[in-house]
Amino acid sequence: MDYSQFLNMQAELSLLAVIVILFVADLFMCADGKNGRGVYNTCLPVVLLTAHTLLNLCPSCQGAGEAFGGMYQHTPMMSIVKSILAVGTIITFLMAHKWLSRPENLVKQGEFYLITLFTLLGMYFMISSGHFLMFFIGLETASIPMAATVAFDKHRYESAEASAKFILLALFSAALLLYGISLIYGSTGTLYFNDIAAAVSFFNSSTNPVMLLGLLLFITGMGFKISLVPFHLWTADTYEGAPTVVTGFLSVISKGSAAFVLFTVLIKVFGAQDLVYAWDQAFLWIIIASITIANLFAIRQKNLKRFMAFSAISQAGYLVLGIMDGTAQGMTSLVFYLLVYMVANLGAFAVLTVVEENTGGITMDSYNGLYKSNPKLAFLMTLCLFSLAGIPPFAGFFSKFFIFMAAFKAGWHWLVLIALINTVISLYYYLLIVKAMYIIPNDEPLPGFKVDCYSRTALFVCIAGVVFLGLCGVAYNYIDAFAYGLDNMVNGLAEPIKCCCPSSCH
Amino acid sequence: MNFLSIFVLIPLLMLFGLWVARNLNQVRGVMVAGSTSLLALAVYLTFIFIADRQTLSAEEFPMLYTASFDWFPALNIKYSVGVDGISVAMLLLSAIIVFTGTFASWQLKPLTKEYFLWFTLLSMGVFGFFISIDMFAMFMFYEIALIPMYLLIGVWGSGKKEYSAMKLTLMLMGGSAFLMCGIFGIYYGTGAATMNIIDIANHTNGAQPFAADSLQNLWFVFTFAGFGVLGAMFPFHTWSPDGHASAPTAVSMLHAGVLMKLGGYGCFRIAMYLMPEAANELGWIFLILTGISVVYGAFSACVQTDLKYINAYSSVSHCGLVLFAILMMNQVACTGAILQMLSHGLMTALFFALIGMIYGRTHTRDVRELSGLMRIMPFLAVCYVIAGLANLGLPGLSGFVAEMTIFVGSFSNEGTFYTTLTVIACTSIVITAVYILRLVGKILYGVCTNEHHLALTDATWDERFSVVCLILSVAGLGLAPWWVSDMIGTGVSPIITVIDSAKDFLYVPF
Repeated sequence: MDYSQFLNMQAELSLLAVIVILFVADLFMCADGKNGRGVYNTCLPVVLLTAHTLLNLCPSCQGAGEAFGGMYQHTPMMSIVKSILAVGTIITFLMAHKWLSRPENLVKQGEFYLITLFTLLGMYFMISSGHFLMFFIGLETASIPMAATVAFDKHRYESAEASAKFILLALFSAALLLYGISLIYGSTGTLYFNDIAAAVSFFNSSTNPVMLLGLLLFITGMGFKISLVPFHLWTADTYEGAPTVVTGFLSVISKGSAAFVLFTVLIKVFGAQDLVYAWDQAFLWIIIASITIANLFAIRQKNLKRFMAFSAISQAGYLVLGIMDGTAQGMTSLVFYLLVYMVANLGAFAVLTVVEENTGGITMDSYNGLYKSNPKLAFLMTLCLFSLAGIPPFAGFFSKFFIFMAAFKAGWHWLVLIALINTVISLYYYLLIVKAMYIIPNDEPLPGFKVDCYSRTALFVCIAGVVFLGLCGVAYNYIDAFAYGLDNMVNGLAEPIKCCCPSSCH
Repeated sequence: MNFLSIFVLIPLLMLFGLWVARNLNQVRGVMVAGSTSLLALAVYLTFIFIADRQTLSAEEFPMLYTASFDWFPALNIKYSVGVDGISVAMLLLSAIIVFTGTFASWQLKPLTKEYFLWFTLLSMGVFGFFISIDMFAMFMFYEIALIPMYLLIGVWGSGKKEYSAMKLTLMLMGGSAFLMCGIFGIYYGTGAATMNIIDIANHTNGAQPFAADSLQNLWFVFTFAGFGVLGAMFPFHTWSPDGHASAPTAVSMLHAGVLMKLGGYGCFRIAMYLMPEAANELGWIFLILTGISVVYGAFSACVQTDLKYINAYSSVSHCGLVLFAILMMNQVACTGAILQMLSHGLMTALFFALIGMIYGRTHTRDVRELSGLMRIMPFLAVCYVIAGLANLGLPGLSGFVAEMTIFVGSFSNEGTFYTTLTVIACTSIVITAVYILRLVGKILYGVCTNEHHLALTDATWDERFSVVCLILSVAGLGLAPWWVSDMIGTGVSPIITVIDSAKDFLYVPF
């Protein structure tokens, strides 16, 4: 056996190493909750994960590779997405410090990191899968530990309820997904992504109803993960009940990885022309429904976590716009959108978390007049909300512009127009929070408080991203160098056509 | 680094300066230093532009001082700057308004620092818009200029400020949603695969006319209506009276004076210049709509009782005239349109400044409660009369020059359709005279009926300074219009040439 193929899996292996180190460290550091254990415990995972991310990003010029006979596939683009997810996890850990320092959570700090990192590991495998079984294992590894984190505040009734809803619907969607996979297997006789594409063109089965039903069930299963309308019903309740930090993680990391995987699997497996037409039609309606319905529901929300849930559904709709037609430009804009959405949304959640941890306020009314007592937090929140709404010069404007541009290029003019009109509605409800913080008079706003240094770091990273990711074109151009789609794939194999390091390209 | 970028760099530095400023004097210092250097830069630019324009012909070099930097190479999006006669005039106008606006909000009280932060961000958007020649950068700056309005009106405004701020923001953003769609349409429709306006124009006038794309008409409507919302085109003008009435003084000045000009400028520079065929084919629809704004705005102003509403409807009327003249599509009328932008910008800023100062003293803007102010605050009252006379087009002040040019140009278009519309639009001059003179007679002359007003004081030094600056500009434009109209003419002529070459598509309903 050629062991060098394991090198292709260095992202997963290094993450596994991080997990093992943390596991061992947790054994030896399970002190009594005094002597600075909290500090040490937040620093360690953050530092390790940062090292892992840097390691992950460095060799992204190496080109594509695979392991286990194609079960595991790797492209530089996948490294980028994995790094984005890892950065998001780091920010989540930083945000979580204050919450984990609560007396009742202090003893299970280590668990939180481990469970979250296992989720991340599952996403890594899901992203790099080249086989439906690998894909499914990754997906389940990603979603089952997630249910544990949703129920992390186990003394709280809502948290347990949210977790039950989450796990039941995750299982339901997994069943649908499995059924879809079995149908695909039935019509092609293989589960390898590349072989399926070849079999579809060989048997000319792209109009085969069984295949189409398989595609539909696959989209449904993924739709649950990304929480697209009409598969979004679990979202609001779960987001509201879960601990705020976990909600942030759910709304960005879990959703983003699923959206990227949806894109890559669609172009790898369902790249035949008729199938592309089929999923384009499906997504046309899914996107319109997601954006419009979520926007209309978000307007009425008073609890900010529910509000962010509907905002996240509509943002998912925009994210999926990049999938239309499966172009390379679509992939670039999808990944860029994911990156920008991550910093903006986690920034907003960081503010929600610190406000909730320090004062307990989580409703829109409690934010009235926040500007008076906490001017800096209110300002940072405003920047994040502007970025989410797509207001320049913040990064959200650029990501929205590019994702609309990609969909427009693919010829979906009316879809883009509807999405654009929806951005105005979304601006309305984001401005409602800004209005609450700045304009609505309130004699007794939430008391002022000092933000702990971990949350400060998280906020700093997010705000730096919100301000600079768009204005400096570097991020977009870097992602673009590795993008691939139906328009530049060779023989059904996803090979990036461009390369950033001339030395490693021959 | 091209020196035009300094127009964006100075506001950026000002933002930074305001961020670190710790007391009121430092905030004011930053604002005065920044806005003065912007004004100096704009004046310097005007002089060297006029000098350079004589050596470099407008046909060969439509834009001067161009520079471009790669931004998103994958999409061929660049940060490109350049100016022609029109943008120089607009930059000068913006610099004057920002300068005087700083002094007009000298005594603004709560949260002064934050107010100036958003104010500076707004002006950065405005300057960036006028120096950009790349549609992406233009659109970005356009939106940067819109969003601070929400907080400026919502936090520091008066009256039903929350409603007005939200209405204004959503309507303008709705317009820009269509605009973004139009920009995509131009980018992919022309096949030039660039956002640079000059490159697109060269591309479509050369090998591959844009007329081949049947969707051009749709993109034209989207783009023109998108910018038209900001240009207060009927029926999308309703944000304007509410927004202006609720905004604080300097914001009204900047908004009516400069921001509404972004609409007209964009219509001319992007919609008409890049899609001349569609402009010739569909221009008549918008001509009717803008004709309605001109007359309807003037009539509405007659029946208002709030000073700011009167002025806001008057702005609808005058900005309608800008779009009206642009759609006449000839050299004289379009030059008049740009002159009207300048003139309206200056005199409306003057008007809003004066209204703000009067309101700051009397605490009412209701015409029915004001009278005899001439004896109480003679300086402000005299200035108010001057502003009013400029507004109704008294020769020697800027309004006359602009309106005269527009109507001469419009009348020279052949066809009953154009003549009829021009005659209808001309009536707005008379209606303007009605509401201005009635207003002046009511609030300035006569006997003061409210004894609380008798104790009021006249303008302070900062108010006098900003008002005098504006009056000098208005009079300067009115007395010596040729130097600026020549400069504008060189900017208009390349665009008119393009539009004329597409005259085959001209469609006149009757």
